[in-house]
Amino acid sequence: MATHTEQLTRPAVRLRGLTRSFDGRTVLDSLDLDLPAGQFTALLGHSGSGKSTLLRAVAGLDHEVTGSGRLTAPERVSVVFQDSRLLPWQRVLDNVLLGLDGKEADRKGREALAEVGLKGREGAWPSELSGGEAQRAALARSLVREPELLLADEPFGALDALTRIRMHVLLRELWERHRPSVLLVTHDVDEAIVLADRVLVLDHGRIGLDLTIDRPHPRSYRDPLLGEYRERLLAALGVTEDHQ
Amino acid sequence: MTTNAATTNAVVSTADTTNPAVSTADTTNADTTDADTTDADTTDADTVTADPAAAPVTDTGTAATAATAVTAVTAVTAPVGAGEELQVRRRRRLSPGRRLPATRLAGPALLLVLWAAASAAGQLDPAAIPAPWTVLETGVHLWTDGTLPKDILTSLQRAASGFAIGLTAGVALALASGLSRTGEALIDGSVQLNRAIPTLGLIPLFILWLGIGETFKIAIIAIVVYIPIYLNTHAALSGIDSRFVELAEVQGLSRYAFIRRIVIPGALPGFFVGLRLGVTGSWLGLVVLEQINATSGLGYMMFQAQNYGQTDVILVGLVVYGIFGLISDSAVRLIERRVLSWRRTLSS
Repeated sequence: MATHTEQLTRPAVRLRGLTRSFDGRTVLDSLDLDLPAGQFTALLGHSGSGKSTLLRAVAGLDHEVTGSGRLTAPERVSVVFQDSRLLPWQRVLDNVLLGLDGKEADRKGREALAEVGLKGREGAWPSELSGGEAQRAALARSLVREPELLLADEPFGALDALTRIRMHVLLRELWERHRPSVLLVTHDVDEAIVLADRVLVLDHGRIGLDLTIDRPHPRSYRDPLLGEYRERLLAALGVTEDHQ
Repeated sequence: MTTNAATTNAVVSTADTTNPAVSTADTTNADTTDADTTDADTTDADTVTADPAAAPVTDTGTAATAATAVTAVTAVTAPVGAGEELQVRRRRRLSPGRRLPATRLAGPALLLVLWAAASAAGQLDPAAIPAPWTVLETGVHLWTDGTLPKDILTSLQRAASGFAIGLTAGVALALASGLSRTGEALIDGSVQLNRAIPTLGLIPLFILWLGIGETFKIAIIAIVVYIPIYLNTHAALSGIDSRFVELAEVQGLSRYAFIRRIVIPGALPGFFVGLRLGVTGSWLGLVVLEQINATSGLGYMMFQAQNYGQTDVILVGLVVYGIFGLISDSAVRLIERRVLSWRRTLSS
């Protein structure tokens, strides 16, 4: 427990004056942000608000981008993309083990697959998996590397509503077991509220709202107390709910 | 449904008036329901029909039973009949349908039969097109006296050496040009230029450079082979999904691991397209080279036969070329199927 609190005091991600621009258009505008270790954070914003740019900057994937600022991120970072991005020519287990070496790798890969409910599908080809299964495999691939920081870029955006709910439960369970810092980029306010303990709204390249959601898990979409958070977030996103 | 009910009424009314009418009506109705053996009423109807004479309508009770039986029977049959009428009409099939077994060989076999029949009937000039058995005889003769195996071996050596060099060069150049911008700048333009010149047009120059021996033949075949392999492999390499490159960066793959696990497998389908074109190209190059500048090999054998008017020998040569082409293409297909087995799950 003591180590846990200690971890929480040391930020996993620290951004200071992070600026990124494309063709003269400023996407991230001198952004300051700390993500404590082990925190589940969701990042909301309109399309084009810079969510993905921020995530890619933290992931170290922005090669040909002009920008400035300081950025600290942990050594072990995993990314889950919107598409499962499984290599079609590798079987599921080999996909999970991509970039992992050592004699323990195989066992770890199988464990990770079992953890996401894909035990027995190790030898399947990605094309044989359903959308939800493929995304589970992608989660296993990111987990097997024991990340200190898990970045997820709209990971459930392409899934159907029922599968999405199951994946929410799974992601939260996995987070509780492994406790990485999570930065979940999403455009779905409900998803952010149900999953995250802190929700950020990115607006014109700056943090427009920083909201801590202090409700126990597992959370239900129908929890009336979450409605208040929902309204505040929607307001920050510029959506008014007159029809309700 | 309504029309059916009306008919039943009509039947019942006739049953009341005339005897034979009842029996005929009953018979037809019973027949329609024969399939429906579960219905107890049908049996009743049957008994009535079985003995038309012994069932005079004087007995109103029986008539009534018969009538109800008829109604019940029609009631049962009606929906079935209506269902059949309402059934979805199957659309006209526009695809050619299921493949007939072993049909690939049917066409060639038919041609062979026609050829044999025309030869046997004396319809073909043996000097222009000798009979199939003459070709076979000549083939056996050439094989046993040792000239054919020697020529085949010479030709195969040329094709294989040229092909091996072309394959290596094509893949190496494609990798160098596909994986580095410097390589691309140096290599791609030159190969595109080389591609614009028909390779067989290089023959005179290559004879002056390398002499008329084996070296020049192998060099020409290598060039014919490397171009399609380079072009297709390079296109496949540059077409690798940038999302996979991003994934490799995220997963922290080394450059070597990236090439081995993402670049090579991703480029394999394109490489195989090039490989098959290369195989075909190697045979084409071989034929041309051997028929104009050789003193040995299959093409030379055919060229000589042309001088002496031996069409049977020419046909033997063509058959051997055909077999080579068929075997090499099947071999490439087989390897392709093995290596790209992950693709089969998509097509099946």
